[in-house]
Amino acid sequence: MRYISNTPPEKEEMLQAIGVEEVTDLFQAIPEEVKFERPFDIPAGLSELELKNLVTDKAEQNLDLSNFSSYLGAGSYDHYIPAIIDHMIVRSEFYTAYTPYQAELSQGTLQAMYEYQSMICELTGMGISNASLLDGASALGEAVIMARRHTRKEKVLLPETLHPSYREVAKTYGEPHGIDFKAIEQEGTVTDYASLAEEIDDDTAAVVIQYPNFYGSIEDMKKIAAEIDRAAKALLIVVANPIALGLLTPPGEFGADIVVGEGQPLGNATNYGGPNLGYMAIKDDRRLLRQLPGRLVGKTEDVEGNTGYVMTMQTREQHIRREKATSNICTNEALNALMAAIYMATMGKEGIGEVANLCYQKTAYLAEKLQNLAGVKVMNGDNYFNEIWLQIEKENLTAEEVQTQMCERDILAGVNLARLTDNKGLLVCVTEKKTRQELDDYVSNLEVVLDG
Amino acid sequence: MAKPLIKEYGSPGRKGYSLPEVDVPEKDPEEALPEGTIRQEKPDLPEASEVDVVRHYTSLSNMNYGVDSGIYPLGSCTMKYNPKINEDVARMPNLANIHPYQPEEQVQGSLELLYELKEYLAEISGMDEVSLQPASGAHGEYVGLMIIRKYFEKKGEERSKVIVPDSAHGTNPASATMAGLDVVEIESNERGMVDIESLKEAVDDDVAALMLTNPNTLGIFEKDICQIQQIIHDAGGLLYYDGANMNAVLGYARPGDMEFDVIHYNLHKTFSTPHGGGGPGSGPVAVKSKLAPFLPAPVLKKEEEKYCWDFDRPDSLGKIHAFYGNYGVMLRAYSYIRTAGAEGLKEITENAVLNANYMKEKLKDTYELPFASDSLHEFVLSGSRQKKEGISTVNIAKRLLDYEQYAPTIYFPLIVKEALMVEPTETENLASLDRFIETMKKIAREIEETPEVVENAPHNTVVRKLDEAQAARNPDLRW
Repeated sequence: MRYISNTPPEKEEMLQAIGVEEVTDLFQAIPEEVKFERPFDIPAGLSELELKNLVTDKAEQNLDLSNFSSYLGAGSYDHYIPAIIDHMIVRSEFYTAYTPYQAELSQGTLQAMYEYQSMICELTGMGISNASLLDGASALGEAVIMARRHTRKEKVLLPETLHPSYREVAKTYGEPHGIDFKAIEQEGTVTDYASLAEEIDDDTAAVVIQYPNFYGSIEDMKKIAAEIDRAAKALLIVVANPIALGLLTPPGEFGADIVVGEGQPLGNATNYGGPNLGYMAIKDDRRLLRQLPGRLVGKTEDVEGNTGYVMTMQTREQHIRREKATSNICTNEALNALMAAIYMATMGKEGIGEVANLCYQKTAYLAEKLQNLAGVKVMNGDNYFNEIWLQIEKENLTAEEVQTQMCERDILAGVNLARLTDNKGLLVCVTEKKTRQELDDYVSNLEVVLDG
Repeated sequence: MAKPLIKEYGSPGRKGYSLPEVDVPEKDPEEALPEGTIRQEKPDLPEASEVDVVRHYTSLSNMNYGVDSGIYPLGSCTMKYNPKINEDVARMPNLANIHPYQPEEQVQGSLELLYELKEYLAEISGMDEVSLQPASGAHGEYVGLMIIRKYFEKKGEERSKVIVPDSAHGTNPASATMAGLDVVEIESNERGMVDIESLKEAVDDDVAALMLTNPNTLGIFEKDICQIQQIIHDAGGLLYYDGANMNAVLGYARPGDMEFDVIHYNLHKTFSTPHGGGGPGSGPVAVKSKLAPFLPAPVLKKEEEKYCWDFDRPDSLGKIHAFYGNYGVMLRAYSYIRTAGAEGLKEITENAVLNANYMKEKLKDTYELPFASDSLHEFVLSGSRQKKEGISTVNIAKRLLDYEQYAPTIYFPLIVKEALMVEPTETENLASLDRFIETMKKIAREIEETPEVVENAPHNTVVRKLDEAQAARNPDLRW
């Protein structure tokens, strides 16, 4: 095993110092009944070259996104990632460090997290951000539990326009805490506001709204916020795509209490869905802050009055509060949060808006072309950001067949909604990476498939 | 000194990015979208050049310390070397550049690799079925306890009690709460192990599970494990294994053979994936077959030489992650296991245990060793002797930083006063161990001769000792 450097004479020296004959003597505490006596049924170790060849062979069985023009999104987005991000995060002082328990030797991680928290607040319009959670869906799970604790109420409204996997994860997290989830029907690509208004009452702990929603449309946040205001104590939890916030009004301005989401679009690759990062921001409220899960980095001073950063308010956390902690989370997604921070720093004040606008304009271009195409319908009308629900209206042609035939033309036409919902059609995502030519090709190929 | 914030590099109009021009006719979103949904004020993010950003994060990295910088003996964290080839594997374009909703036939290479990883993890632990989905150790604990919850629900038994030793990781009781279960803490005995009498007292027909780390957080193997498992199983409860300390037993003992029903791994500990400054990790859960129906959906299956995700899991506890977990971390762990092979895994454990015992032997006369029982891959000292001289364990930790070495885990486990929990791992060589030992002895001498030097440490770090109380009292959490 090449990552062990003890040589036989060194081992001998160490065994002598300890006062035992053989290494196996150190394992005497393990009772005979449970000792594992045979070799593992695992292949023999490989050299670096052999490993590389083996993995390369496996990798070659994949068809990665570079083989296609991909319109897949639905929670994992293929945005352009500036080159500097990977160059920065391979600095091993970052990625081989652990949680910054010794602050004085971890100022790099800590300051980067403080900046991450600050930039998430700027983007969402919220007062406080934690230093990341595991992924967007589990961040929502944490948010609903937090709302349950904060309001001491049980009902949480989950519209059908929320990503189905997020709904499922929220239910998994909420169920043990007695949360009563109520589904709110959709009307077209948005929430049925009348049903929502009807369900909001004095027992409501929280209303969850995805922004833009799963089908790509932007909900009428003003209207929803007004309904929630009526039932004064319910919290508004917004699941927001951070890139969209370059173009859309930050949820803080609509009075969101908790904003969560998947931070992956900020400089992280799709990477088969992980590692991603969940982000969570809350309004500047001391009571809510005490309920916040996850690590927080704060600014402070050293004994000489110099600025420095530490993990703070740890009395919320499991290593101090144990069963009374606000969450069990320990390891988070620090390196992914660092990537998101570098992305936000690089794109800056103008860049995220520019990316968002590019996504919007290209989606609009494709949507308008598709609206004029016989045999399909854009369900969103003109209410979308970077995703649209495309329904196939041609007889005897399913979304799956369209998907398959487009795939043969090297186009991943979208996520089949049947995979996740009871609806039919494709969820088509367009990012700034698509050129006009590619969008035209999408349309012309789809036309052929529809005619076929 | 802290560096300027990235925001302070900014100058209005400066840009660090470049994007293509809009190549389609432009549409005014304000006309199309619901009223009031267009952002009026730009986010106050930095306006920095690419050079600014690169220099800023480079300078931040210079204020950090990782395993590549030197010894990182954090007990229970297994801060071993992170092999570079594993980083290359995780970045191979046709492994990394795939989308979670691509058709399964396009990602067979990845799925095969994950499937093999599952098989290795089952073999290493002696369990039957594995879910790779949990994204961290605590996530794994949560999933394991939810499996237990679902199992009893299905059986129609109401059980809500989770027994946790007082030496357990804080995540254990916190995960039980997350899973809606009640925690009962039991005391350790004078040997640092589960006290059988206390256990018996805590056990009744309400017991859902005992959560155990073995070896425990003192690095001590629970010798009475056979009796312990009997007590729990006789009462109808299940046994949960916290895999934080798997590095101590690879090839020597398997939780499955100890009759544990559920375990979680930490790929970022035992299997060398980098900790990333606090994440990402990965916390796969392995179970005995009777618990397999309750695993989170989807489960990776092999059918006629094809790999696929099985979403049709009627008894599943549900979904716990939007996609399939921390795939990138799994790729690294796979590479590590293949590099080590069957024999190598055993060697890892042997050397981790050898290194820890060597250090313990060399330090036990200088610092108090509160539990004399044999220990494996880590050991816990107490700074209580030094505390009598007026120097706390935290001061010892800070003084270590002056000598450019990371400190052990401190004040944990909670059952040891002034605890210093040391886990050198197998990747430290003898010279590195000796240097740490010498430094610890030197600090002990300093405490006798020049205590103020230790009390006021650190002296040589980029910032001196930071005021944590002030940070908590007046939270400044953003610019």
